[in-house]
Amino acid sequence: MKKNAVVITDKDSIAVATMDLKQGELALMFINNESHEVRLKNDVAFGHKLAIRSISAGEHVIKYGESIGLATQAIQAGEWVHVHNVESERGRGDQHA
Amino acid sequence: MKFMGYRRANGQIGIRNYVLVLATSVCSNQVAREIAEKVQGCTYINNTFGCCQIGSDARLTTKTVINTALNGNIGAVVVVGLGCEGTEPTYVYDEILKTGKPVKMVTIQGDGGTLGALAKGAEFAREFAQQLSLQVREECDISELILGMECGGSDTTSGLASNPTVGEASDAIVNNGGTSMLSETTEFIGAEHVVARRAITPEASDAILKLVRDCEARAMALGEDIRGGQPTPGNIEGGLTTIEEKSLGCIHKSGHAPITGVLNYADIPVNKGLYIMDSPGQDVESMTGMAAGGAHIMVFTTGRGSPTGNAIAPVIKITGNKQTYNKMPGNIDLDVSAIIDGDKSIPDMGQALLDEILLVASGKQTKAETLGHKEFCIYKTAPTF
Repeated sequence: MKKNAVVITDKDSIAVATMDLKQGELALMFINNESHEVRLKNDVAFGHKLAIRSISAGEHVIKYGESIGLATQAIQAGEWVHVHNVESERGRGDQHA
Repeated sequence: MKFMGYRRANGQIGIRNYVLVLATSVCSNQVAREIAEKVQGCTYINNTFGCCQIGSDARLTTKTVINTALNGNIGAVVVVGLGCEGTEPTYVYDEILKTGKPVKMVTIQGDGGTLGALAKGAEFAREFAQQLSLQVREECDISELILGMECGGSDTTSGLASNPTVGEASDAIVNNGGTSMLSETTEFIGAEHVVARRAITPEASDAILKLVRDCEARAMALGEDIRGGQPTPGNIEGGLTTIEEKSLGCIHKSGHAPITGVLNYADIPVNKGLYIMDSPGQDVESMTGMAAGGAHIMVFTTGRGSPTGNAIAPVIKITGNKQTYNKMPGNIDLDVSAIIDGDKSIPDMGQALLDEILLVASGKQTKAETLGHKEFCIYKTAPTF
């Protein structure tokens, strides 16, 4: 079946949707050439991210095999991952002023 | 790999053959633009500074103005000054003259005001344009080409498709002895450790880390969250969550080649290879710095869509977002969304981009050129006084 999400490295905790996906649908992807599927708990728009495993509050969220920020709450596999549950650790003058 | 370019008396090559009508300050900006619009074959820069600046900020503007004139795409220069500005027209003229590039100067105060300077400047520009029209393109090697890499209006397709495509083309140029520049220091924040690992010397690695540390410190000093400025609201709508995520996608433009060194804004590289240029993440200021640094051609990835061109160097636009290509087909040169759909590989699209670079280097107009986009904005590091 045609894949509708991309995982960049096998260390990543998220996938990127390559089409608009709806809650309840299966996100289909390859991880290291092996097919993998995740049932979506939210709508995830084209280009947006979904968790492919559970991520604890305060854990680094991994894409490209590197941290893209910290989870601000526990995130379950299949949840939409964006500014509502991840925050940057960098350039945070608001926290250091 | 070869293309057809212009050979200059001083050993440079160019891929365009412009007369640059060069305003030294905001006060002569309009007269310079009117001369350039009157005479076929001219280009001009939008210089809204050049006076009442101090210290390193003043020096940066003056260096950018001079180095822009030294870009190989410029065949001759008409300096247009007011006469009393901080970026002194006589100094700019002398620095260009030293390099052997044909140059003339007019000042509004010294040549009869707006109308006198317009008439005299236009006559100089006309003579240069006619001389340059005699020059024919000759075969040049890709090792002589300088590429500038830019991304603007990014979304997640930028990191997945268009930036890695640019990385393939950049690697091909660098591996064949050419030069490539990656700018936008802000967009290394969170990815600097990945970039620094590729530096060929410990000094270059330290310089990369220092650039990013200094940039982040400037942002932090404002006491605000960088989010909102970086990533932009449009980046966030496109799926990018943090500056770290944006940066990790941005750096794919530089491919896998080793990094030769670090350049200050608007500095001209002394060697060939892949360079990092210190610049803001704002596209127009970033490309202005790379054009002053000698970039003959820019490749610009966009996910959300951008119309931006450059006054000196042709800009090839590429997107990995099919919807964006369909919304802005008059602005975007190359659609690489087939990578996202799994129908084409990144190396396939990298080769397609390299082919387009060689065509544009040989004279094919980019979409931004055909629409007359000549964006130009000099980076400021201090207030005007």
